Amino acid sequence: MTHIPHRLEVENISVAYGDNVILRDISFQVPHGAQIAVVGPNGAGKSTLFKALVGLLPLKNGRILIHGMPLGDHKDCVAYIPQREEVDWRFPVTVTDVVTMGRFNTRGWFARPNRDDHEAVARSLDEMGIANLAKVSISDLSGGQQQRVFLARAIAQEPHILLMDEPFTGVDATTQQVTLNLLDHLRQRQVTAIISTHDLNLAATRFETVMLINKRLVAFGPAKEVLSQENLQKAFGSSLLVMENGAMLVDECCPPDEDHHHP
Amino acid sequence: MNFMNVFITPLTYAFMQRGLLAGTMVGVLCAVMGTYVVLRGMAFLGDALAHAIMPGVAIAYLLGGNLLLGALVAAAVVALGIGYFSKQGAVREDTAIGILFAAALSLGVAMISSIRSYAVDLSHILFGNVLGVSPADLWITFGLGTVVLLTVVLLYRPFMVISFDPVLAATLRLPAELLRNVMLLLLALTVVISLQTVGVGLAAAMLITPAATAYLLTRRLAPMMFVSAAIGAISSLAGLYLSYYFNIVSGSAIVLTATAIFLAVFLIKRGRR
Repeated sequence: MTHIPHRLEVENISVAYGDNVILRDISFQVPHGAQIAVVGPNGAGKSTLFKALVGLLPLKNGRILIHGMPLGDHKDCVAYIPQREEVDWRFPVTVTDVVTMGRFNTRGWFARPNRDDHEAVARSLDEMGIANLAKVSISDLSGGQQQRVFLARAIAQEPHILLMDEPFTGVDATTQQVTLNLLDHLRQRQVTAIISTHDLNLAATRFETVMLINKRLVAFGPAKEVLSQENLQKAFGSSLLVMENGAMLVDECCPPDEDHHHP
Repeated sequence: MNFMNVFITPLTYAFMQRGLLAGTMVGVLCAVMGTYVVLRGMAFLGDALAHAIMPGVAIAYLLGGNLLLGALVAAAVVALGIGYFSKQGAVREDTAIGILFAAALSLGVAMISSIRSYAVDLSHILFGNVLGVSPADLWITFGLGTVVLLTVVLLYRPFMVISFDPVLAATLRLPAELLRNVMLLLLALTVVISLQTVGVGLAAAMLITPAATAYLLTRRLAPMMFVSAAIGAISSLAGLYLSYYFNIVSGSAIVLTATAIFLAVFLIKRGRR
């Protein structure tokens, strides 16, 4: 077997807010172009892991290497799609403005966007099926459209690694489908994608590799092996219900759907 | 008296000319910086900074120095102080702001109260004295105002990103901390410049009211800034004429004009829904 260089290496990282340790001793390696679903109960530290991976949260210990270099050496190779509630959707910008922000790093912050940037933005909007919304104010978007704006911005960044925090939560069927199609395209382009989700079914059926966490790394590997009864019990504890026929249910409230927007 | 004379007569006085010029510049400047104050929810900080420069103004006044210079030093000290008290997480930032601005205001009033002409001086500092603008003040206002506006134009994109989506700013490796401090410094400069026209008591209104009105009328950042600037300039001009004819304090007249515009826009918008 030929050696495939790892694009993302996480070595023994711990992350804490003050004294409250959220993630402890997490280590894993992600090869070139892999697609990984991150699952775990509420409060398992999925968002925290993503924020640590983009350098938003300081590491208590351990290190993160991208292409063998410490985090921060590469300026624009990691794109992060946060949960939608993290920005103010009444901010006075249009869809194009937001997607163009993904290109700010290409030529310093003073330069006006050039033709390449405009083309990249138009392509991203097209790919996400929101070209018709280009000039719309972001305050007029539905939850699913907001999600697609974020996706378009991330594509416009042309990242090597794309992190998506709960992209399937509280969005319409079209947006789910657009997101899944995007994952297929990213696979062809060899972009590494790491996605957190509450949907174990989706993780099991659409992803070859699954990471199960609950503050610690419970299991990481092929979906079938990771999503075993033993592992799930370890991660979800008493909220896992095992039926006699072997079916497993996770009894957990999803985060509230904040999608009360009426255009 | 014909209609045009209403506008021209006051202009025959040099102090009115200077007042109108200073008022317009301050109106525009406050309105542009106010856009970020409104969008980033920094209203309390803006108000606090305005009050906190009192001691600096008072010391300059007592020593017969330049009021703007005194204000500038005080603003820098207070901005750093807020950062110092809230940095280790010892107290929340708004708590630190509250403590420092009340203390600075008290210190300023205490110093001024030692002067005999206390009441008049205090009211000038609190509510501005745009008709007392000297030619030198006008140049300082123009110079500092140009610096602030140029910086806002140059840093338009980074400021937009750190205000809209700090997470993206971090992934793009923007120096967010530095940019925030630059923004704070620009805000302090703006407040200092606005001392002359509206005083420390009303500076926050000139930061917030025109920008809040523009927010109701526009859907993109740059137009919001332009509309806000126009409202700030119109409020200053109209306010000064009102102050001239009705013999009311200029700062109040300017702020009340801005408030009237806000109310009109708000009610019209609401009526349309």
